[in-house]
Amino acid sequence: MDDPAQLSEYGKILIILLIGALLVCATIFLARLISPKKNNPIKSGTYECGEDPIGSSWVQFNPRFYVIALVFLLFDVELIFIFPWATVFGQSEYIAADGRWGWFTMIEMAMFIGILILGLVFVWKKGDLEWIKPNVSLPRVPVNIPDHAYAALNNRTYQVRNYDTVTVDAEVVENPAEEVVAIPKPAFKPRFKKPD
Amino acid sequence: MSLDSQLQNNGVVVAKLDDLLNWARLSSMWPMSFGIACCAIEMMGAMASTYDLDRMGVFPRPSPRQSDVIIIAGTVTFKMADRIKKLYEQMPDPKYVISMGSCSNCGGPYWQHGYHVVKGVDKIIPVDVYVQGCPPRPEALIGAFIELQKKIDKESLLGEQLFKGKA
Repeated sequence: MDDPAQLSEYGKILIILLIGALLVCATIFLARLISPKKNNPIKSGTYECGEDPIGSSWVQFNPRFYVIALVFLLFDVELIFIFPWATVFGQSEYIAADGRWGWFTMIEMAMFIGILILGLVFVWKKGDLEWIKPNVSLPRVPVNIPDHAYAALNNRTYQVRNYDTVTVDAEVVENPAEEVVAIPKPAFKPRFKKPD
Repeated sequence: MSLDSQLQNNGVVVAKLDDLLNWARLSSMWPMSFGIACCAIEMMGAMASTYDLDRMGVFPRPSPRQSDVIIIAGTVTFKMADRIKKLYEQMPDPKYVISMGSCSNCGGPYWQHGYHVVKGVDKIIPVDVYVQGCPPRPEALIGAFIELQKKIDKESLLGEQLFKGKA
């Protein structure tokens, strides 16, 4: 292990990184060699589902996402530290060797999380977690129709016709039976025309 | 295809680079997710579980930058023709077009009185395979891909690239 001619574990990772970078470069170079290049202004234009792009793509992004993303990142990184802590320091051999070991690591992690939670409380107190809302001003349009005009409409009583008493039987009887026969023939009659 | 028979033997494969490229291209033809009319329903059916075009390496892509094939599945109106032309141009070479159904082949039911319909998508972009039917069955679309595979197999990408069409 101490032999300088031997690769350390980090050396192996370095070799993997080098080979990976080399392979990517090789494939990109190969693609440059053999791929057909027929460029034109339409092809190099922005893809907008077939539409012509309008305006600049450099739009301003709302800054309120920034603080949220920062706080999220903080606790995201915290999780990365918690996972190895839970797997490495929670091993039963360590606990069996000395019972105080478990309490030691537990208090260490509690301090770590406690500092981060203090930061969260600070951010909360400062009001950075408040979602900045725009002041919406409702448009007001002056209309000259007075309210009592609507009141007059609403207070009016409307005549509702009663359809329950209407009977349809009388009309059915009146239909003469002869008219049913007089249905016109279909204008188009499909038939096979024999060739002459 | 000699490459396929060599692959069966689990041994060393010796092939021309041209054949290898063709084999790679015809084994993974990625169509653009592009459906205009009712033929697109049959196209979706062909890509779904019953017909499973994925077993031939046909897998729909959401962007023309990643696709090899564009399936014109439906009625091509003049309003859509601009978009089709643009999408076709935005696909990387080599690219192929499958015209699916009567509408995109020749205008279909709108061939005489449809004032708004392009009478065949081949009037705006070059078409490689035509699929007949109104709409064609998924089997017909699978057949079109098999025909396209045969066409790609005969091509020489390197010859075109290195000798600019002289080969």
